[in-house]
Amino acid sequence: MSPLSFGNHIPGLWAWFDVVIRIAIVTLVMTVIVMYLTYGERKFVARVQQRLGPMRTGPWGLFQAIADTFKLLTKEDLRPAQADRWVFELAPYVTFVPVLMVLVTLPFAKDWGVRNLSLGMFYVFAALGLNIVGILMAGLGSGNKYALLGGLRAAAQMISYEIPLVLSLISVAMIAQTLDLNVITELQHRRPFIVLQPLAFVIFYTAMLSELHRAPFDIPVAESEIVGGFFIEYSGIRWSMFQLTEYGSMFAWSVFGSVVFLGGWEWPWGGDVGWGYQLFLTFLKSFIWIASILWVRATVPRLRIDQLMAFSWKVLLPLVLLQFLMNGFILVYGWPEELLFATSSIGAAGLIGFIVMRGLYRPKSPSLVGAYKQPQGSSA
Amino acid sequence: MSIWPTEREYIAGPEDFETVDMTINIGPAHPATHGVFRMILTVDGERVVDCEPFIGYLHRGLEKLTENADYRQAMGWWDRTDYLAGMSCEMAYCMAVEKLAGIQIPERAEYIRVMMAELSRIASHFIAIGSFGQDVGSFGTSFTYAWRERERIYDFFEEVAGDRMFPTYLRPGGLQMDLPENYEPRVRWLINSIRQGIDDLDGLLTGNEIFVERCRGLSEINTERAINLGLTGPMIRATGYAWDIRKDVPYSVYDQFDFEIPTGFGTGDVLDRYLVRMAEMYQSTRIVEQCLDKLPGGLVLHPDLPKTIRIDDAECYIRTEGTKGEYSVYGMARGGNKPYRMKLRSPSFCNLSALKELVVGHYVADAVIILGSLDIVLGEVDK
Repeated sequence: MSPLSFGNHIPGLWAWFDVVIRIAIVTLVMTVIVMYLTYGERKFVARVQQRLGPMRTGPWGLFQAIADTFKLLTKEDLRPAQADRWVFELAPYVTFVPVLMVLVTLPFAKDWGVRNLSLGMFYVFAALGLNIVGILMAGLGSGNKYALLGGLRAAAQMISYEIPLVLSLISVAMIAQTLDLNVITELQHRRPFIVLQPLAFVIFYTAMLSELHRAPFDIPVAESEIVGGFFIEYSGIRWSMFQLTEYGSMFAWSVFGSVVFLGGWEWPWGGDVGWGYQLFLTFLKSFIWIASILWVRATVPRLRIDQLMAFSWKVLLPLVLLQFLMNGFILVYGWPEELLFATSSIGAAGLIGFIVMRGLYRPKSPSLVGAYKQPQGSSA
Repeated sequence: MSIWPTEREYIAGPEDFETVDMTINIGPAHPATHGVFRMILTVDGERVVDCEPFIGYLHRGLEKLTENADYRQAMGWWDRTDYLAGMSCEMAYCMAVEKLAGIQIPERAEYIRVMMAELSRIASHFIAIGSFGQDVGSFGTSFTYAWRERERIYDFFEEVAGDRMFPTYLRPGGLQMDLPENYEPRVRWLINSIRQGIDDLDGLLTGNEIFVERCRGLSEINTERAINLGLTGPMIRATGYAWDIRKDVPYSVYDQFDFEIPTGFGTGDVLDRYLVRMAEMYQSTRIVEQCLDKLPGGLVLHPDLPKTIRIDDAECYIRTEGTKGEYSVYGMARGGNKPYRMKLRSPSFCNLSALKELVVGHYVADAVIILGSLDIVLGEVDK
């Protein structure tokens, strides 16, 4: 292990040089990824919607992201007269900084990240939970009623979904017996944790969508009702900070999720091959993850706020507590690992089956799909 | 002495704590209003306690304009009332003029008119459902799916009449010109495409648990109340009452066709309105198919029509089933080449008048959906 490796303490001034270089690399890579994520999302969603997406700026519209960046940077920075000046102006930064903070501890390859923390997992969800302060600040400081509604909706949603999210992560941490992300990744040498904890994965994925304010949980931004919600009054660079936060945290969550559940850089055979393959694995998994988020967004309508709350408190929370309890029993008595898999997959099957059954069980008609073709009147 | 507040205080809260209702302005430029419509919602938290609609942003003085123009010149303005289904509006206007003048139009023209009106109905319902899906929150996918079919219908309109949205294809006395030569395979292809499109939308929206959960049981209304509010079209059919002018007071050649009036499940909720529109599109494709099968030959314009139509004292009331409901025209002539009065009973306007009753008590997010389910077209509301 070289002296500059991730996880070792480097004494003195070199530590500072080292950390600055690493942060610079991670931040730059993230910025480029975020720029092209906006392009990628537009292209992906456009293909789903039978459109082409950006095509005019460069070949296949590849320079669209750069053009957008320049436009945003040179745009006027407006502040409404009704706005609370400092709250309004600081809110984008308060939202954005937690995302940068999260990137500090994510392992992108073996022994490569900015700094390894032994409480890495705890740090990640603690830091990402800070987002909401900025969103509330934006909502309250904008002096706009749509923004106020958006900010309060975001707060309510965040609080409800933080609990299943954290508990699903704790279920994994119980098995790994550590919060160190690097160790968690190495433990997935044989199998990723999604195999052991499918239920925790499903719950994590759902709660993550909600934390990211992506469809079907995008009620704080709800374009068709409150037209963007908390960032409605922002323009130019401050608006692009919110955009950066949205896509940056999407990237951070997907790297984090693939580290915890999909084996990060380790599975399959990541530990045996070089760092290039490990980086490839990390990015491949996170991009597949992001694509799945976009896919969901392109097809699914939005939940109402009471349905959203009910889903969190009545479905996700009991299930994740059950998972937590089962893991506890299995681990305390040292029962085999297969049992973890069995119980959790029964839970996941139960959750998915519950949703499917709910869809099939229509109080008035067995199926609505294709009902338009049936002779009417008989169904009435 | 307990440290807990007594029950009364629990409900009322502390003396100096009061909640205030907030007013939210939605529109006139807002994605949910489908045009230039404005409503002021008074909300208590997320619940709507009052709703005040404002209309008139698109008022063009249609009725007065019609009084000042020749019977044929006014045609173009009537396209622009229900601008998603120009042909059905033209049909109502032409029928009014023909009734005033006592003109009998050729049968071929009647069939083509019905075909065009039904295609317009399909196009309009596609837009209604596509944008309704967007209101519920699907990220434009339902909209582009619907838009695809609507574009194909409009392409056909362009081939037929030379214009897409405002074809001005009909004339008092028949049609501007006959169908293009290859119309039959063209329309059959269009019908297949439309059915595929309905199927796609059905899978995307009706097959989605969240969509159904959002819509079911929302803003229910019973038949009696719907009649009292003057609701027509899919709004009243969703309550289980199969009221359709095409069947109940047949006009043109609608009595020649075999089609059904969909009524959904009869609860009058938002889901039913959506399902009724879906089923209506399917029934309309059936009518178009029958039009193709039965299309007689002959002229499309009355041969002995004078260049300028002059009508002496006459009065008429024409009821047609527009895309949004009962689209009726009251016409009055007192000599000369201009109508004395042309009054439009626009279905969107009457349906919109029920908005407050339907919206109050629901969430803000649902208010947007309910407005979407009314399927208003502002050109028709503001005339």
